[in-house]
Amino acid sequence: MSDPVVDLIIIGAGPAGISAALEASAHGLEVVLLDEQGSPGGQIWRNVAQADTRTRQVLGSDYSAGQPLVEALLASNVRYQPNAAVWQVTEERCVHFLLDGKARVLQGRQLLIATGAMERPMPIPGWTLPGVMTAGAGQILLKSAALVPQGPVILAGCGPLLYLLAVQYLRAGIGIEALVDTSERRDVFKHSRQLRQALAGWRDLLKGLSLLATLKRAGVKHYRAARNLRVEGGRRAEALCFDSDGRAQKVWASLILLHQGVAPNIQISQSLRADHDWNEQQLCWVARRDSWGETSLPGIFIAGDGGAIGGANVAATQGRLAALAIAHRLQKIDACRLQALSKPWLQMLGRQSAARPLIDALYRPLAQNRIPHDDTIVCRCEEVSAGTIRGYVELGCLGPNQTKAFGRCGMGPCQGRQCGLSVTEIIAEHRNVSPAQVGYYRIRPPLKPITLAQLASERELETSTSSTPERSLS
Amino acid sequence: MPTETLFRRLQLADKYVQIEFEGTPLTVPADVSLAAALLTHDLGATRESAINGRPGAAYCMMGVCFECLVEVDGQANCQACLIQVVEGMRVRRQRGARDLLIGGQGDE
Repeated sequence: MSDPVVDLIIIGAGPAGISAALEASAHGLEVVLLDEQGSPGGQIWRNVAQADTRTRQVLGSDYSAGQPLVEALLASNVRYQPNAAVWQVTEERCVHFLLDGKARVLQGRQLLIATGAMERPMPIPGWTLPGVMTAGAGQILLKSAALVPQGPVILAGCGPLLYLLAVQYLRAGIGIEALVDTSERRDVFKHSRQLRQALAGWRDLLKGLSLLATLKRAGVKHYRAARNLRVEGGRRAEALCFDSDGRAQKVWASLILLHQGVAPNIQISQSLRADHDWNEQQLCWVARRDSWGETSLPGIFIAGDGGAIGGANVAATQGRLAALAIAHRLQKIDACRLQALSKPWLQMLGRQSAARPLIDALYRPLAQNRIPHDDTIVCRCEEVSAGTIRGYVELGCLGPNQTKAFGRCGMGPCQGRQCGLSVTEIIAEHRNVSPAQVGYYRIRPPLKPITLAQLASERELETSTSSTPERSLS
Repeated sequence: MPTETLFRRLQLADKYVQIEFEGTPLTVPADVSLAAALLTHDLGATRESAINGRPGAAYCMMGVCFECLVEVDGQANCQACLIQVVEGMRVRRQRGARDLLIGGQGDE
């Protein structure tokens, strides 16, 4: 048996987690990388090692860019553990997870959370109907199953992912009924302060503009500044109704893909009671971190979109920086070497982050799609509407935790992942205070469903390195 | 009127498997998640909400929303987007909450 405590546990094998694992391993750290998926890449590079040529061509170069990193990971000394669903993390850096239905636990000297982002909920009337999915879901189906829409499809909302998916569908030969854009016309110059800063990140800006140009050339029906979105249908989605160009519009479709940006997945950092702040630019909670990514809890770091939204490149760089700081903490590199090694990464991080404030301003999700009318369902698990939540506030409910006692809001199987942001903002607006004053759900383990039988049979993960680690790829 | 099946393969899969949904045999691509496999057929809702029976189906595809819950080989509340489809799987809609298993009847 080897030492049951490993140098570094990383949760999440996306750009941040893989980069951190490679960097830490290069400095001699024993690294265990736990990931929920069956193969490395996170959401952005999901399935990149297995995707066929046609799918890669449809998804484009940013997708294939992940392959070298994924291959490097699989060839490295990092103990990569796929299909691991983390259900509890402690302040002492004990990570409890389910592996093929069996409960395992592992202790780390240091811990890096790299769990990335999830899509921001877009609670509009009818969003619970079968046939309504997220744009991210559409892209996951393309990446992991080579699936494309069969019937009429609408893309609705705002943000770069929406345009990217539209272009990917075009490349696949899929016609799009309509792109229903809730953002204003491309009034980049309105945001002149952010624009000046963003010029350092001009590549990111050009990328966005070229996506839009492609859609225009292809003749995709592009409705701008769409308001009052509403999905119609009985037992499944049939049409999207909205106002645009001063007229009421109705577009028929069996598949409606919604998107209004992404937000950090903070289930683990919240469950750890790390300090979080409300970020008004990104309209989400972000864990407080130092410049290396360390949270308010010593030895627990966050890199990538799980901290704040920055995109894949920023995530990869933050992963490198966190790994270097951790290597220094464990005395694998001295202060001098830490400074020398991190300098180029810090410079790169500056360039990679330059366009973000402009992107946040351009694609800021509309208030009406975050804080919906009374009759719209907000908590999908427990079927609680925005009006019901406002009713709780009128009865004296001050924050999300109390909504649970009032009507089980946020207490279903998703544990508030889908409704958390909406509930905070609805209460804040109705109380006329800031979201920071309202707070967030108190997240508790188990973060993933676990049976009592599984819990009872929990044991330490075999960390002996003599046997070849199990891998999903050969 | 176009078909109501929501998704199709970009190109033919290398391999297909047979599963059963509510007793009906379905041919689906192998090597994909169960939720993805179900989306290649016209099934409509794949669950009924535990609160009011509202029809639901896969939404986020990344394990966040729990809308894709189904019963697989007798096991209730399985997240179809997080499990691979396997030849012979017997899948049913998740109707309401799962039953409480009393006296060690659970096989997990």
